[in-house]
Amino acid sequence: MDLDLNHLDIVWVLLTGFLVFFMQAGFAMLETGFTRAKNAVNILTKNLMDFSIGSICFFLVGFAIMFGTSPVGRQTDWMFSFFFFQMVFAATAATIVSGAMAERTKFVTYLIYSAVVSLFIYPVSGHWIWASAGRVEGAEGWLQALGFIDSAGSTVVHSVGGWLGLAGTLVLGPRLGKYSATVTNTNVTGPQALGKARPILGHNMPLATLGVFILWFCWFGFNSGSTLSGNNSGIARIAVVTCLAAAAAANGALFISWMKFGKPDLSMTLNGTLAGLVSITAGCLHVSPASAIVIGFLAGTLCVFSVLLFEHILKIDDPVGAVSVHGVCGAFGTLCVGLFAEKAYGGVNGLFFGGGMHLLLTQLIGVGAVFLWAFGTGWVLFKFLDLVIGIRVPRNEEIRGLDINEHGMEAYAGFQIFTTE
Amino acid sequence: MKLIIAMIQPEKLPSVKAALFEAQVSKMTVTTALGCGQQMGYDETFHGSKTEINLLKKIRIEIAVNDHFVQKTVDAIIKGARSGKDGKIGDGKIFISNLEECIRIRSGEIGKEAIG
Repeated sequence: MDLDLNHLDIVWVLLTGFLVFFMQAGFAMLETGFTRAKNAVNILTKNLMDFSIGSICFFLVGFAIMFGTSPVGRQTDWMFSFFFFQMVFAATAATIVSGAMAERTKFVTYLIYSAVVSLFIYPVSGHWIWASAGRVEGAEGWLQALGFIDSAGSTVVHSVGGWLGLAGTLVLGPRLGKYSATVTNTNVTGPQALGKARPILGHNMPLATLGVFILWFCWFGFNSGSTLSGNNSGIARIAVVTCLAAAAAANGALFISWMKFGKPDLSMTLNGTLAGLVSITAGCLHVSPASAIVIGFLAGTLCVFSVLLFEHILKIDDPVGAVSVHGVCGAFGTLCVGLFAEKAYGGVNGLFFGGGMHLLLTQLIGVGAVFLWAFGTGWVLFKFLDLVIGIRVPRNEEIRGLDINEHGMEAYAGFQIFTTE
Repeated sequence: MKLIIAMIQPEKLPSVKAALFEAQVSKMTVTTALGCGQQMGYDETFHGSKTEINLLKKIRIEIAVNDHFVQKTVDAIIKGARSGKDGKIGDGKIFISNLEECIRIRSGEIGKEAIG
């Protein structure tokens, strides 16, 4: 039933949904800036299409799986605005993966993945956590019923994207030349290449920074919009909490990278900022501004260590740090709700506020279940696609660049790009 | 004294540099270039129109050497730049020209010491 047709709610959800849509631009700029110029057209097209394919798939099937109702069957203003909001969220999860799988994934394989994730993978875990938001009587996911809390999607959106990205990058293997035993060993490829990690430099820090600022801005829509109500008195507090967490995370990442590398590193700080945003997303309805600063700072720090862990120790090639920012810090932020939640805001206390271990354990169950789901189905999907049509471009194509081979065009026609790998 | 100029495929630069270092040649200048030879161009599209690009990206390496280093340097470049055992069209070319004089700016040394 679409009850009290509250116009403010509809306007609010719609406007914040428009902001979340614009995150696609943020991700596009970030991923382009962090990868090489010869692959720019490819990653931009992937970003354009994972929204374009994912949104339609979500409309056709995914939304119904997630909420038990269809925007076709109930064409009301509220339903359309709610659908729009959920659709752009689904698209956010899908687009995270293009970063982890950048610079070596076949275009057509990526398109197929985009369809499957929006048709099925995202909606199922989303249903577990947000089903009742669709206002269908009796719709409630099992994690929801346990008391699992994910305000705006650290787990539903970001962890799902992060773990799918992890599955993808594992099935793909590292980029050519990323791990070489010796400088001459440029023929080594695949997961057996366990030499030292060599940096593959992002080609455009201005674009990457623009991307992060766009994402930061749009995140106010992501978090504040998740109240699904413009009448909710928390929307301003949520915006403040979101902003403080991001700022604290930037500080944390900057500080740690400065200490570890001797110089303040922009690329680490950018990722750290996003990590802060991702981690506050689960608890933005439930934690205080002061807690947000702590959570953000820790997330920014954690992100740096996670990137180093994946890059140097686990030797898993993640070109833009998507697994660390979205997977690891999404899980971290979700667990933080179990620590920092305050009854005054959301009706339940976390460990640090006298609530005991119960919420924390519930959060842990949810984090684990979604990891198994997203990583598991992702792994199966990518392995299957690899068997059937192949997931990775041929060696020569990867060297020449995906733009020329997959798209027959260049991103920077007229510029001479110094490419030596 | 000779000036060796080599045009190679861009992705071969790491292996050419490594081969040169092994041959004790570590001073060089690298620039990007566009070039064509026997290698065919490729097609590029924009807005539905196709065009043939036949100036391909190349890397140009310049090395000044004393005479007794010429063969070692050439062998090293070929080792790094040739594709596989039999090579491929597009591997590149090496030009050797006489070098009149070489002067080190910092110290004013000339000739063999300046190259060394």
